[in-house]
Amino acid sequence: MSEIERMKMEADIVCVGFGPSTAGFLTTLTRALLNEDGTPAFESKAMPGMPLQIMCYERADDIGFGVSGVVTKATSIKASFPDKDLTAEIPNSVIAGTEKVAYLFDHLGASQRDPGTKFVDAVFRGGHFFMGKGPEAAELPWIPPFLRKEDGLVMSMGSFMSWAGSQLMGSGLVQIWPGTPVSEPIFEDDKVVGVRLADQGVDLQGNPDPATFMPGMDIHAPLVVVGDGPVGAVGRKLDEHFGLPEGNHQHDWAVGMKAVVELPEKCKLEPGTVIHTLGYPEQEIFGFMYVYPDRTASLGIFVPSWFDSPVRTTYTYLQHWMQHPYIWQHVEGGKMRSWGAKSLQESGVRGEPHLTGEGYVRIGEGSGTTNVLTNSGVDEAWHSGVLLAEGVIELLKEGKPFTKENLDATYVKRRRADKLNDDLQKAKRARDGFQDGFFKGMMGTGMTGMTNGVVNVSSNSRPPAHRIKTLKETYAGRISEEKLAEAVAQCAKDKQPLHDALMILAGWPEIKMDGELLMSHQDVLLKGGKVQAVGGFADHVTFAHPELCETCEERTCIEICSAQAIMPGEEGEPPEFDREKCIHCGACIWSCSKALPDYPEKANIVFSAGSGGLHSNEN
Amino acid sequence: MEGLQIVVCGSLVPDPLQTLEPVINPTGPGLKNETMLPSVLDPWASHSLYEAANLAKQVAGSKVFLVSLGPKAKLQQLMMTVAQKAPFELVAVDGSASGFTDAMDVAKTLAAAIEAIPGLDKGKMLLFGGCSSASRDAGVTMQLVGEQLGITDQFVGVDEIKMQDDGSFSVLERIEGGQYLASTCPSMPAVLAWATGSLPEPPNNPQIGMANMRCVMPALQKAKPASIGVGGISFEKTEIPAQKRDTRIVKDVSADEIAAELVEWIKG
Repeated sequence: MSEIERMKMEADIVCVGFGPSTAGFLTTLTRALLNEDGTPAFESKAMPGMPLQIMCYERADDIGFGVSGVVTKATSIKASFPDKDLTAEIPNSVIAGTEKVAYLFDHLGASQRDPGTKFVDAVFRGGHFFMGKGPEAAELPWIPPFLRKEDGLVMSMGSFMSWAGSQLMGSGLVQIWPGTPVSEPIFEDDKVVGVRLADQGVDLQGNPDPATFMPGMDIHAPLVVVGDGPVGAVGRKLDEHFGLPEGNHQHDWAVGMKAVVELPEKCKLEPGTVIHTLGYPEQEIFGFMYVYPDRTASLGIFVPSWFDSPVRTTYTYLQHWMQHPYIWQHVEGGKMRSWGAKSLQESGVRGEPHLTGEGYVRIGEGSGTTNVLTNSGVDEAWHSGVLLAEGVIELLKEGKPFTKENLDATYVKRRRADKLNDDLQKAKRARDGFQDGFFKGMMGTGMTGMTNGVVNVSSNSRPPAHRIKTLKETYAGRISEEKLAEAVAQCAKDKQPLHDALMILAGWPEIKMDGELLMSHQDVLLKGGKVQAVGGFADHVTFAHPELCETCEERTCIEICSAQAIMPGEEGEPPEFDREKCIHCGACIWSCSKALPDYPEKANIVFSAGSGGLHSNEN
Repeated sequence: MEGLQIVVCGSLVPDPLQTLEPVINPTGPGLKNETMLPSVLDPWASHSLYEAANLAKQVAGSKVFLVSLGPKAKLQQLMMTVAQKAPFELVAVDGSASGFTDAMDVAKTLAAAIEAIPGLDKGKMLLFGGCSSASRDAGVTMQLVGEQLGITDQFVGVDEIKMQDDGSFSVLERIEGGQYLASTCPSMPAVLAWATGSLPEPPNNPQIGMANMRCVMPALQKAKPASIGVGGISFEKTEIPAQKRDTRIVKDVSADEIAAELVEWIKG
């Protein structure tokens, strides 16, 4: 499409994505943009005579839409606002209080547990005399220091990002444009000279509609700050172009799905309570519950890429997890207020891309800031933005250009010398064991955590597409091959995902919907800000080789889809995608079981920049 | 024809896609977490803004002003979306946009802001706005603004305007029974309180956004506070329309039985 004539605009700094890392960057940067007398400290090169022109483009329809509930030590965030009482200013925030880690037993006997887990089950059931008790659960008597978040913040990320964004916009020094997906970096050889916005006025296949076509504008800037998260189009295109540094990989992922629930009056949990669970609904699935003020809570589960089952429907598992007696005692009778999901890049610093290049720089989760030992990412992402801002301010003051060399000497140097890097390095191998299953993973995390990363377990890491089991392997010994084939055929005929049929055959009970807390997957898309996407953009989920889909039985993209946006198509055809339902979690990217023949690190899903998604800032 | 001067009155309402929960605050009726709820430009006012932009595009030298009365911080966030849709110059007034305000107070405030627009020839003005609001809706605000400004040609529930070269124009107004009242007006000024018009929401255009932003930030900085919704009026009682969602999932029930139950339910 290079022949299309595109509008071009010049800026000084262009940021892609408004998440915690960009917010940290802009918060720190804007404080250095004015002299004490209120005059601009730096002149724009793009518009001489004007102050520095700083743009930020965000895909979601408003800032703070579609992010997550979080408990964080918030060290860097607090340091950025030393004079503010954050819990007083940010809605749905509270100081983290009681923390519990609970091991949930499988009271239904429906989950798939390997011998190691069965052993842990027996130990914990027997260990009740020295452990805290819960219904069908054992509470760990002691939480290792690396997992504790005491005195940190329990927050709604949506509320926090809205708040941080309004502080920034109030300064008048930056422009944050929501509803504006960025499709790709603009390369000149190996130099990044700007970004291209997504085309509008096109049909679902991307063909221009002559009446409404508006080619995505090119925004040129000497510095492109890429903070578009782990599944952002710009970051991923940079990785495709430059590859990852030698030895790094991004094989480990999870999707976190959560609900914001209005708790029933009987619930006695104090605001700030933090509960983490493990062991149920599958041994691979972890859960969390963070209690906000005003009898609301954010609760949900993580489904990791090393959960090898193709039938990994997060929403169904979330409903089963909520109904575990240990959680249900608190939430029964509650109401769903809002809901959402997001992919997490769980390789952490192992997945770190090239942090800088000519004209661009990476920050946040997509730059490998997630600490996979402490399970913490928001404050780390924010801090990477702060470190970049310090570097950029230094370069602006010295009048130096944003070359790779200069960015390395300022930003990367700061990042390497910071505690952030020490902690990330210690955590580097904390999750390795999970490559070989839950039991080894827990051992590995414990060892890494207790020895500060000195002793770790080893494993062979594989791209997720290479480890997803077939349906037969998954249900061997639990569902007969005959019944399995029958159910698969029936689902294909009915154009339904497999999970309801297969999970029930495997022993899971049907979910009894109450319309308030337990509701259909379609109904939940309407909760807390209806999921939507404005028209005029192309489908952002497509299949690189549709013929590979035709041979795919497990179709994990359909099963994992957080919003039922990917559904079975006609028999023998690739799945169908409905862009108006997609919440941009990106779980399809790493849940596709068909590795590309010519590029085995990648699977068959093409996930591009698109508009819309979640529509709530309460999440 | 000379360039048109179109003044659009429009402000924010809570994003209707959110879960909106009415509460009674110490200051009066409101919504839970109202200060943090995302906002959109009132859909009725949006239609009038898009129509204004479209009209301005057709007549060279035209200019669109958007006069917005709302909390400054919220207006600023709203402008990051609205400013990408159509070229306009913002006139901001810092005050309540909760809807729980007196329409006359609002009209006087808007009229004063319009009076103060430098260089605006009120004798040749087209005054646009929504005929209604997605927030609490008195349905009289635009008429009152016109009244304050001495504009007597007023059209309510407008879906179309067609300009003639001599400066006259014709208007289609919605009336009862799904019919339109077609009027012609020999000259401006006039008030057009729009229904939905006929234009779709324009795509986000970053270049328009950038151009608008040069005026938006200064306009916000000099937005004057208005004492709207502060004293003078109190609300005895508020009610929201009765709405009940009664989903029930039934199994093993025949279509006839379901139909019979629905019939009983409709009969009440």
